[in-house]
Amino acid sequence: MNDTLLLQPETTAASTSKTVTALDEHIVEVLSDSGEGAQRCGQSLGAISARMGNGVWTVEIIPAEIQPPARSVEGASGNRVRIGACGITNGGDESDLAIAFNEQVLLGRLRAGEFKPGATILLESMWRGHSDPKIAASYLQTHQELVKAGYRVYEIPMERECLKLVQDARKGKNMFALGMLCSIYSRDMALAREQIALTFGKKNRSVIEANVKLLDAGFRWAEANLDFKYRIPAARPSVPQIVVNGNTAIALGVLASGMEVCAMYPITPATSASHYLSEVFEKVGGVVHQAEDEIAACAFAIGASYAGRCALTITSGPGFSLKQEGIGLAVMGEIPLVVVNVQRGGPSTGQPTKAEQGDLLSAMFGSHGDAPKVVMAPCSIEDCFYSIITARKIAETFNMVVVVLSDAALATSQQPFPRPQFSETWIAPPPDQGEIPPGARPYDWDEVTGLARRFVPGQPHGMHTLTGLAHDRSSHVAYDPQINQEAIRARSLKLAALAKTLKAPPLYGDPEGDLLVIGWGSTKGAIEEAVGALREQGHKVASMHLRFLQPLPPGIKEAMRRFRQVMTVEGNWCDDPADEIIDENNRRYSALAMLLRARYLVDVDCWSEVKGQPIKPGAIRRALIEKLKASRDPKDAMP
Amino acid sequence: MTHGSECLLRLYEERLELEDYQNGVPRWCNGCGDNAILAAVQRLCRDEGLRPEKTVFVSGIGCSSRFPHYMNTYGFHGIHGRALPIAQGVCLTRPDLKVFVNTGDGDCCSIGAGHWVHAVRYNMNIKLFLHDNQIYGLTKKQASPTSPAGTRSNTTPRGSYLEALNPLTVTLGVQNVSFVAQAADWIPELLYDIVKAAYRHKGFSFVRIIQRCPEFMPNQFDPWMHDPQRTMLLRHAQGITPSEGLARVYRNVREHDPSDLERARAVASCIDPVPVGILYRNEEVPCYEDLRRSTKMRTAAYVKAGLEAEFDKFTIWPEEARTPAAA
Repeated sequence: MNDTLLLQPETTAASTSKTVTALDEHIVEVLSDSGEGAQRCGQSLGAISARMGNGVWTVEIIPAEIQPPARSVEGASGNRVRIGACGITNGGDESDLAIAFNEQVLLGRLRAGEFKPGATILLESMWRGHSDPKIAASYLQTHQELVKAGYRVYEIPMERECLKLVQDARKGKNMFALGMLCSIYSRDMALAREQIALTFGKKNRSVIEANVKLLDAGFRWAEANLDFKYRIPAARPSVPQIVVNGNTAIALGVLASGMEVCAMYPITPATSASHYLSEVFEKVGGVVHQAEDEIAACAFAIGASYAGRCALTITSGPGFSLKQEGIGLAVMGEIPLVVVNVQRGGPSTGQPTKAEQGDLLSAMFGSHGDAPKVVMAPCSIEDCFYSIITARKIAETFNMVVVVLSDAALATSQQPFPRPQFSETWIAPPPDQGEIPPGARPYDWDEVTGLARRFVPGQPHGMHTLTGLAHDRSSHVAYDPQINQEAIRARSLKLAALAKTLKAPPLYGDPEGDLLVIGWGSTKGAIEEAVGALREQGHKVASMHLRFLQPLPPGIKEAMRRFRQVMTVEGNWCDDPADEIIDENNRRYSALAMLLRARYLVDVDCWSEVKGQPIKPGAIRRALIEKLKASRDPKDAMP
Repeated sequence: MTHGSECLLRLYEERLELEDYQNGVPRWCNGCGDNAILAAVQRLCRDEGLRPEKTVFVSGIGCSSRFPHYMNTYGFHGIHGRALPIAQGVCLTRPDLKVFVNTGDGDCCSIGAGHWVHAVRYNMNIKLFLHDNQIYGLTKKQASPTSPAGTRSNTTPRGSYLEALNPLTVTLGVQNVSFVAQAADWIPELLYDIVKAAYRHKGFSFVRIIQRCPEFMPNQFDPWMHDPQRTMLLRHAQGITPSEGLARVYRNVREHDPSDLERARAVASCIDPVPVGILYRNEEVPCYEDLRRSTKMRTAAYVKAGLEAEFDKFTIWPEEARTPAAA
């Protein structure tokens, strides 16, 4: 690629002398109809900012339909980018600035309260003079409402400006918008041009040049016409970083784990992991098998695992429900298996594209009977990568099912993390094909740990029939009451054995104090941000984030003892004690709160939200403040 | 056996006997057709010299699915209806293993019907034996999809309402079908020949074996057993050529070319006389595992190279380390 010329700035932008306001962070939304490229615009801004050394978190805004009608509220498609001077660990609170390609795509976000009071809105102005009087009227009405509501609205002739450069402004407006954002946030234009070259790298040079022209045009237009400009200080990163979303991180984890079979069935929001995996898995000798249904996908993975190397199946809520019988079989047969559940809103079809943490209890207790399995939850994009490697390792060490609970929030968010250093220990050794020693049995459960050596087909003298029926150490079907008792004990002990290898989760914040917040999964960044904010105000608070939910790591009870109050923050339902008929006898607690109460006999409270959106740090902060206030009332304090 | 050797290579030929494939005493009822199928399959293993440790029998749930327990090979007695996808997972990852599936009319044609249709399409090198006794046995007599209309059972005390599903026509209607045969447990010689032909076919072999259930469907097949004319023997130079002895008893012989799919579908539709033999065979259909399986050795270095190449796509390099192409 010889883009040296192209990547030089065309002209030094004639920047008018504007005051440049320094910011700690800003949240930007780019909104368009589906297909107008707002996603790419937002992601590019995120990538450019990350390369400049800013903290970045991007979230996709995805319409539920493939081709929603143009100019519709529900059709809003785009990207939300949080850019900070320091590390950014979550999507943050309400947005500071939005670029919208029409007023309709803005409305849904506005009604959902996604913009800060007085936020800046850059609105495509072409609709003002639209030939359809209804459209023009709708635009005017929205514009007036926005102004009245106190938003700082700028009407931008994006269409007109783009048409000076391209025939079809629909293809290219996003790059013009990117140029504007580069001006507004004082982005490094050399990096921006480079980013376009990278993004369109697969296409021919003329495409890259056309897009760079649009980028430059947007930049110049904003320099000349907008009366504001920001700067978000950045420190150039010293190590290479990876920028991917949670699902891609999971797929990369699959590559790195040495697993060779992923069986799946299409389901939102898990499928994008399999899309990416389908593209690359074969390059490392792997196979993505799209099965005929979720049950078959699970069974296929079980068969592949049984035959030698741990396999995985990736799904979301409804698919996870369907796999439960198969998961029980893997538990009974002690077949290693990794099950990734990218959680979405439930129950039933629920909210397929939205985030929720509703599957913790079904992951732990989903199959019938006593079916102990490991449950993990990655808490960041980086953790999505490493969790899969760990999951594979645990699955094969303990011959267990490991469920990895990601969610839609992680699936579609991007956050840079240090490029992993490959380690050979990530990969499983080839399956044992050596002879089974005389007398060895396929379920020779260790008295202390419950562990047994795994027999793999092909091993001479290891012949036996694995069965989902209750069985003895020789895998013979057993109806004997003692044998069943012994077998269930052994399978259960493996969880305790794993627990012995876990470390106490670290505390974020004060080592002791008034309130300990416990969370799991995708909420880590938001919880810690809220805790950090409260500590700055002088509150004695801390948070603890659990990556292992089953078994639970040590040290939780000890940590809880050092705080006057404990509560969980989760993305699954809990009844509000303020509701008229809710009392201590009937209140349904959030999943983790229920588990902690049952296990540690501590009066753990909970706060949760199931709005389908990633929980905002501001919302958590307010909930914690409420809790702290209430606890000052002596009757609510713990004995 | 080579037990005691430090070397995994077999240094001398050994001949395994029937006993080497037998495991325990089957707990099927007296007169159950499953016993005949077991005998035919054990004989097949011996005659074809299958290594017990390299052979896997996968089953679902039901009387027939107890089959793997009676084989001294690897076995996987899984869950109801799901034998096929489990077997496919084994087959894809382990080309060195011979994979068989034993399933019943409830397991395959009812709860596992979706997998059955797709298994035909995948055409993986798996040998399926459908033990079809037209009734649920293990759960004690309920009508199955292959029960003839009017079958009285515990769930259809006034007779079953629907026409029976024909497993042969269903299988022959699916794209990529590559081997379909029908056998009857009471003609062991033919059963063996068919099982052997199924084994030697590369691809998904679907063998429906009409199987007696003396407990819940006594006398169900008596008309066919007692009148050889009601059995239509399919004979062909490319299929099965019955022995002289057999030909003396079963005189209703039809020349049928197993490469003729249209004829196969017509023959399959015939309920009485019941066709026995190879209905269809096509060696040209590609196997899914051959399309998908990697031939590369998955060494750590190989995995690392692939992973690093992917990392490169997503990496933001620090200023000084920017790649020359992007500088």
